[in-house]
Amino acid sequence: MNDMITQIIYKTILASIILVLSLVVAMYSTLIERKVAGWFQDRHGPNRAGPWGLLQPLADGIKLFFKEEFMPNTADKFLYILGPSLTMFVALLTSAAIPWGPDLVINGQTYAMQVADINIGILYIFAILSIGVYGIMIGGWASNNKYALLGAVRASSQMISYELAMSLSIITIVMMTGSLSMRDIVAQQQGYHWNILYQPLGFLIFLICAFAETNRSPFDLPECETELVGGYHTEYSSMKLGFYLFAEYINMFISGAVMATLFLGGYHFPFIDKLGLSPNTFALVSFMVLFSKITFFGFIYMWIRWTLPRFRYDQLMKLGWKTLIPLAILNVVITGVVILLNQ
Amino acid sequence: MKMNNLTHRSIIVSNKKMTFWERIYLPAILKGMAITFGHLFRTKSTVQYPEVSREFSEIYRGKHVLKRDDEGRERCTACGLCAVACPAEAITMVAAERKPGEENLYREEKYAVVYEINMLRCIFCGDCEEACPKEAIFLTKEIVRSDFEREKFIYGKDELVEPADPARRIDVSNRQTPEVLEFKKNKKLRHNR
Repeated sequence: MNDMITQIIYKTILASIILVLSLVVAMYSTLIERKVAGWFQDRHGPNRAGPWGLLQPLADGIKLFFKEEFMPNTADKFLYILGPSLTMFVALLTSAAIPWGPDLVINGQTYAMQVADINIGILYIFAILSIGVYGIMIGGWASNNKYALLGAVRASSQMISYELAMSLSIITIVMMTGSLSMRDIVAQQQGYHWNILYQPLGFLIFLICAFAETNRSPFDLPECETELVGGYHTEYSSMKLGFYLFAEYINMFISGAVMATLFLGGYHFPFIDKLGLSPNTFALVSFMVLFSKITFFGFIYMWIRWTLPRFRYDQLMKLGWKTLIPLAILNVVITGVVILLNQ
Repeated sequence: MKMNNLTHRSIIVSNKKMTFWERIYLPAILKGMAITFGHLFRTKSTVQYPEVSREFSEIYRGKHVLKRDDEGRERCTACGLCAVACPAEAITMVAAERKPGEENLYREEKYAVVYEINMLRCIFCGDCEEACPKEAIFLTKEIVRSDFEREKFIYGKDELVEPADPARRIDVSNRQTPEVLEFKKNKKLRHNR
């Protein structure tokens, strides 16, 4: 009974830490994004608010809070508010199933650095990710604006198309691991047995789909400033807009974590377990390893954004349905054959 | 008949089929990423303005000055050559005759009572300076300040004439190099007459 209480307290603390962590990371991703964008364009990026521009996210946040809260007359009031809230809520939910590090040992008790070790972890993440599109759909629909609606329609069809290829590329991982639990998938990649070495094609497909799922450039058609004004968030202002923009950065962070967990060995790093660190230091170092992998993916996101132009809608659909899905199916078949031959 | 190209920039359009490597796009994307990555380490072209200001050229052409001679007399004789030379028609002036007792103010018998330059019209080409036979007008390194009203950009003599105090004279040696002085000496050239 006592154990249970400590576990509950521990999980609550862990969940709050992860919540705060994802919020802070998302906050500072906006700064990093602008910095990196600046560097890619031979500029400095924001550097006026605080040293190295460190107070810029705070200034942006304050600005968003003090902006006029605007709601179109013809908007569906309930759905209009539900849209950004749902997007934010869903973006924060995904992190629950990700193992952030090996077990901590405090007073002889082990504590898992994972909020919930669900035995269908990977399915849970995908289910939550799919709900993410509702936030955008509802927001775009409730705005009662054709640009917003177009953006929402694009978002939903894009997400549905790319989710297929994404899930198919995950199936190979599940086939290799024989488990749907994120914990097992990480455990199986110990040392340098990272899945990316066994599934390079699967990784590539997953990466491309992750770009599409998070609505990042070159697949940022739902918000597409040049054609659709602002896409699904055209009619949003103040912190409701902030929620949409913020959720995108949280999604980036979480998808980076998912990619690192599934393909780059999660918190494992070759030879790090041979250093003979105490369990708790080891857990922290492993967490830092995972965090740097996530940062790496964050950088890739920004790097791609400032390299590739936006896809045209038909190109996007063609890439999704005619290229990625057949490739993913081929990947599944090849993996199946190899597993069968190795038995 | 074969037409000759006016420029050498025309590109021949080819509709050749893309090879497999070109069609999967990944090599091209990686190449693009390498290019953008290279930009991360380039020298930034930004000038951190309030702390650092951009360096001016040695012969920068800014706000005009009406020079005085060594005895503090205005050099301008209101001949109007600068106004004629001005491509933007920014300069206007009213001439007047010097009265007895004003010899310490104006160098020659004629002077400008009103001398106005419209800084919104001025293109800072320096033609007025080149046209001036009396070395009276020069362009300085000073920047014409911004304002809210158009009228304020018409600078009169109060703005343009340099202070009589020898310590506060405006140095125009950058615009008056030996070559310029040599050129001005040649009286055969029409505008030096």
